[in-house]
Amino acid sequence: MRYLPITGADRSDMLRAIGAPSVEALFSDVPEDALLAEPVDLPRHASEFEVERRLSRLAGRNRAAGAGPFFCGAGSYRHHIPASVDYLIQRGEFLTSYTPYQPEIAQGTLQYLFEFQTQVCLLTGMEVANASMYDGATAAAEAVTMANRVTRRSKAVVSGNLHPHYRDTAATLARFQGFQLEAAPPMPAGGEDLASRIDGETSCVVVQYPDLFGNVRDLSELAEAAHAKGALLVVVVTEVVALGALRPPGEMGADIVAAEGQSIGNAMSFGGPHLGLFAARTRHMRQMPGRLCGETVDAEGRRGYVLTLATREQHIRRERATSNICTNSGLCSLAFTIHLTLLGETGLRRLAALNHAGAVALADRLGERVVTPHFFNEFTVRLDGGAAEAVERLAGEGILAGVPVSRLHPGAGLDDLLLVAVTETADTDDLDALAEALS
Amino acid sequence: MTGNSHDTVSGDLGLSIEEPLIFEQDSPGALGVDWPEADAGPDRLGGLARSGPIGLPSLAEPTVVRHYTRLSQKNYGIDTGLFPLGSCTMKHNPRLNERMARLPGFADIHPLQPESTVQGALALCREVQRWLSVLTGMPGVALTPGAGAHGELCGMMAIRAALDAGGAANADRRRVLVPDSAHGTNPATAAALGFEVVSIPEDERGRVDPGRFEALAGEGGVAAVMLTNPNTCGVFENDIRRIADAVHAAGGYFYCDGANFNAIVGRVRPGDLGVDAMHINLHKTFSTPHGGGGPGSGPVVFSEALVPYAPVPRIVEEDGVLHLEEANGRAFGRMKAFHGQMGMFVRALAYMMSHGADGLRQVSGDAVLNANYLLRRLEDVYSAPFAHSGPAMHEALFDDRALRDTGVSTLDIAKAMIDEGLHPMTVYFPLVVHGAMLVEPTETETRASLDRFIAIMRGLAERAHNGAPLTEAPFHAPRRRLDETQAARKPVLRWRPAGE
Amino acid sequence: MAVKTYYTREHEWVRMEDGVAVCGITDYAQTQLGDVVYVELPEVGAEIARDGEAAVVESTKAASDVYAPLTGTIVAVNDRLEESPDLVNESAEDQGWFFRMEIGDEGELDELMDEEAYQAFVEELD
Repeated sequence: MRYLPITGADRSDMLRAIGAPSVEALFSDVPEDALLAEPVDLPRHASEFEVERRLSRLAGRNRAAGAGPFFCGAGSYRHHIPASVDYLIQRGEFLTSYTPYQPEIAQGTLQYLFEFQTQVCLLTGMEVANASMYDGATAAAEAVTMANRVTRRSKAVVSGNLHPHYRDTAATLARFQGFQLEAAPPMPAGGEDLASRIDGETSCVVVQYPDLFGNVRDLSELAEAAHAKGALLVVVVTEVVALGALRPPGEMGADIVAAEGQSIGNAMSFGGPHLGLFAARTRHMRQMPGRLCGETVDAEGRRGYVLTLATREQHIRRERATSNICTNSGLCSLAFTIHLTLLGETGLRRLAALNHAGAVALADRLGERVVTPHFFNEFTVRLDGGAAEAVERLAGEGILAGVPVSRLHPGAGLDDLLLVAVTETADTDDLDALAEALS
Repeated sequence: MTGNSHDTVSGDLGLSIEEPLIFEQDSPGALGVDWPEADAGPDRLGGLARSGPIGLPSLAEPTVVRHYTRLSQKNYGIDTGLFPLGSCTMKHNPRLNERMARLPGFADIHPLQPESTVQGALALCREVQRWLSVLTGMPGVALTPGAGAHGELCGMMAIRAALDAGGAANADRRRVLVPDSAHGTNPATAAALGFEVVSIPEDERGRVDPGRFEALAGEGGVAAVMLTNPNTCGVFENDIRRIADAVHAAGGYFYCDGANFNAIVGRVRPGDLGVDAMHINLHKTFSTPHGGGGPGSGPVVFSEALVPYAPVPRIVEEDGVLHLEEANGRAFGRMKAFHGQMGMFVRALAYMMSHGADGLRQVSGDAVLNANYLLRRLEDVYSAPFAHSGPAMHEALFDDRALRDTGVSTLDIAKAMIDEGLHPMTVYFPLVVHGAMLVEPTETETRASLDRFIAIMRGLAERAHNGAPLTEAPFHAPRRRLDETQAARKPVLRWRPAGE
Repeated sequence: MAVKTYYTREHEWVRMEDGVAVCGITDYAQTQLGDVVYVELPEVGAEIARDGEAAVVESTKAASDVYAPLTGTIVAVNDRLEESPDLVNESAEDQGWFFRMEIGDEGELDELMDEEAYQAFVEELD
C-alpha cells in the first residue's frame, strides 16, 4: 500500500523490540468478540489511477458551473479564483500544518491569520475579528449566543429576510440552549419593520445585508433602535464581495458581523467547506467564540504572533467556554486572505463594481419582473408559472438560472420567485441567454 | 547563546528571510488581479455605496506569491517531518485527494443547483456514508457537521431530541458523565446544550473504573456518557461494554468521541461495543489535510435508536434518483448552511478507496505498532504513567516525572525538539497527567524516522540530566519563545496604520 | 497594628477595612497561576452569597473562578487591574485586591482560616 511505509521486516523487528508476538496481540484490551478477524466487507485497496478513474466518473455526472450560463447564489457564489491562490494554499507547509499551537514554527500561519483578521475588520468596518468559523450560518448562530452572553438576555429577533438555513441553524441552537428566536415573515420587496419587535428582553436583532432577496437597506436606524433598548445589532453577510461596493456594517452601528467568506478565494464545492467570518467590537472581545491571533515579541524582542486570549476556548475553559469550536476553516481563510491581497483596494472595488454592473444590466433586461428595488449582485425575479419549474426547464437547456425561493421557503406562497445572482463570471452572452430564456 | 539573525547586513540568513506584513508592502497603483473598470452607469445601491477607502493594500502578483511563499517557509508541516501530535493524528496527506477535490464536477457545483444536475455529488455522499457505516457497524450517518466539535454537538443534540421524545419521564435527565481525560470539546459541548457535566476521574490504569461508573450512573438523571475510545491516555477502555450497559440501564445514551478512531479502524466496529452516536474527524482518521486549523469535517454515525433524530438535510433515494430531504418531522434540525464539507468527503473517499478494507486494517495496525515501539524504546528515560497496564493503542503517553530533578519541564523538551527539526508532541494534555507528553507517530512514518525520533528523545533526556540549557530553546527556529503574557495582557489583534 | 487577614480554602483572602470587606486572591494562588493577564470583576451593586462566583482570574493557560468569601454586596472593584493585571502577581494581598463588599454578618469571618492555619493548609498541598 503506497501510503504505508512499514515493511514486513520492520514489523517483525519492532514486534520483537516490543515483546509482542503479533500486531493483533497489541489489541488485547479490545473485547475478544469485537475484534474482527477479517477485513470488513468493502473493496480492497486501489491504485491511484483506479481511484482517479472512479471519482472522475462521479464528478462527470454533475453539471459544473463553468459548463454554461450560471446564476445561482443564495449563500454560495461563483467567482473567479486566481491561479496563484490555489497554488499557494497547496504548499505543504500550509496544507499539512496544524493549528499553530507551537508558534516558533508556525509563524507563517500566524502572520497570515493576523493579516486575515485585519482584512476582515477593514471589510466589515469592525474593530476585531477572529480566525474564522465553519461557515456563515454557524457564525450567525454563534453571534446570537454571544449577544445573549453580552446582554444577559435570551430573546433574539430575526429578520424574515435572513437566509432560512441561517435562521434554522440558529433555531437549532435556540431549541437546545433554551433561548427564544422570534423570526419575522419574509418580505421579498423589503421594507421590513424590525425595530417595533425589539423590547427590553431582546438580546439582539439579526438582519442580513444584502438580504436573502437581494435588498440593501441602511441599517443605522435599526442599530439605534436596538441600542436604545440595550440590544445588539447582528449583521449577516452571505456575499462578502458586496462589501467592496457597499457601506460596511460597522459604519452603520453593527455590534457583531457574521459573514460567509466563501466568495473570496474559495470554490462553491457543493456548499462546503466554506468560511465563517466573525467580527465584533473590542469591548465584547472576551465574549467572542473561536481562535484569535495576536501580536507579541519573542525572547530577542523580534515581532511575532501567537494564538491569544485562549482562556475563552474549550481546551482551557471546558464547560465554561464561549463556544465548543476547535477546528475552524484555516485553509479557507488562507485562500481568502491571498485572494484579497491579490485584489487589493482597487481590485476588490473593481470586482464589486463589475458584479453590480452585471446585475443591473440583467435587471434592465428583465424589467418589471424584478422585485428588488435596490441590490448588489443578486435580486429577485417574479416568474408567473413557478420558479422551480422554470429552473428545471432551463437546466435542460444548459442554463442554471438561479435558486427558486420555494427551495428555501417551501410552502410560504413564494413559489413564483427566483433568486438570480450575477457575478463577474457571467458575460453579456450569458445575460442575453437568461433574459431570452425567461421571456 | 543567542539566535544569530543579526550576523548579516540585511539581518536575514540564507533561506530564513524576514517578511513584513502585507500592509507594510502597500504600493498604491500596483494590481494583483486585472479587472476592467465597470461601465459607470447609474447604480442601484440605494444610496449605500461605500464612501471612503477600504484600507486594503495594493500589491502586484509577484510580490504576493513571494509573500506567502516566505510565510510558508516559517511553518512546519507533515511534509517537513515527523509531527507526533497526540490526539491530532498528523499523517501523510496524499495529493491525489487534493486533485480529486478540485475536479470541476465537485468543486465548481452549487449547493442549490437542481438535484438533477448533481446526482454524482449526491452519489459520492452516499458512498462516503456507506464506507463509514460499514467501518463503524452503525446504520445511520449524518454528514453535515463541519468538524469534530460540531459532530459532538450533532450527536448530543440527537440524544437530547431522543430523550425529549420520551416525554416528561426524561425531563430531568440532565447529567452527562465525562472523564477528566476527555477533550475540552466534550464538556464544552454538553454544557452548550444545557446539560450538567459530571466528571469521572481516571483510575491508576488511565481508564474509567467500571464499578465507580456504575455507581455514578445509578445516581439517576443520566442523559449520556461521553467517552473517547481509545482514550486520550492512549489506552483502550477495556470495560467499554460494562460502561455501555450501565448507561443504557440508567436510561441514557452512549456518545463516543471518535477522535481516535484511527487506532481501531478496520478492526473494531464501535457499533459492536454499544455506542449510540460517534463523530468521525475525517481530518484525523481519513487524512483530509489539517490546513493549519481546518477545514475539518465531522460526520456522525448513529445507532438505530438515534437515526430518526439525525439532522437535515438528508440524502434519500426515490426510483433511482437521489434527493436532498430538507425537512423531516423527527429530525432535530439544521446545523449548517448547506449539506456538509463536500470537499472533505471527496478527499476522505479517495483515501478510503486507496486503502481499501485491507489497507485500513493495516492503518490501525501500523499506527498501534509504531506507538508501542516508541513507548517501549523510551519508557526507561521518560516516565510512562500507564505503560504497566498493557499495550498502548495509537499513542504513547509520557510525563515529566523522570525529569523532576533536572529543572527541565515538558515544555522545555518540546521546545528543544523544535531545534532538532521535529514538531513537538502534544504537551500538558490530557490534563489528568502532570506534565503530559502525548506522542502519536501515526502509521505513515518509516522505521528510520521512528528510530531517529527515539535517538533524539533519548539524547534530549540525557542532556536534561547533564544540565544543558534546554529551558531557553528553541534557538534555531524562525522565532525564539514568544511572550504570550504580553499578547494576552495588551491584545493587538490587527494591524493599524501608524498614528491610528 | 496590622488588620487581621482571613483566608479561604479556595485561596481568597479577606480583610475588614473601615467596616468594608476587601477581597482578593492569595500570594500562593498567584504563584500557582503564573502571569495574570486578565481579571473579570463583578459589577458594583451585585449581591453575592458566600462561595458564590464573584470574579474570574486568567493567566495565559488557565482561568479560575474567584468566590466571594462572605455574603454581601459589591461596593467597589479595583479598576487598576483592567490596565495592570500584573498587580495581582506583584502585590496579590495588597495593591492587587479585587473587590470590596459590604457584609451583613461579620460572624462569617470566624469560619475562615487565619494566616497561620492557611500557611499550614498550603504546605499540605505542596
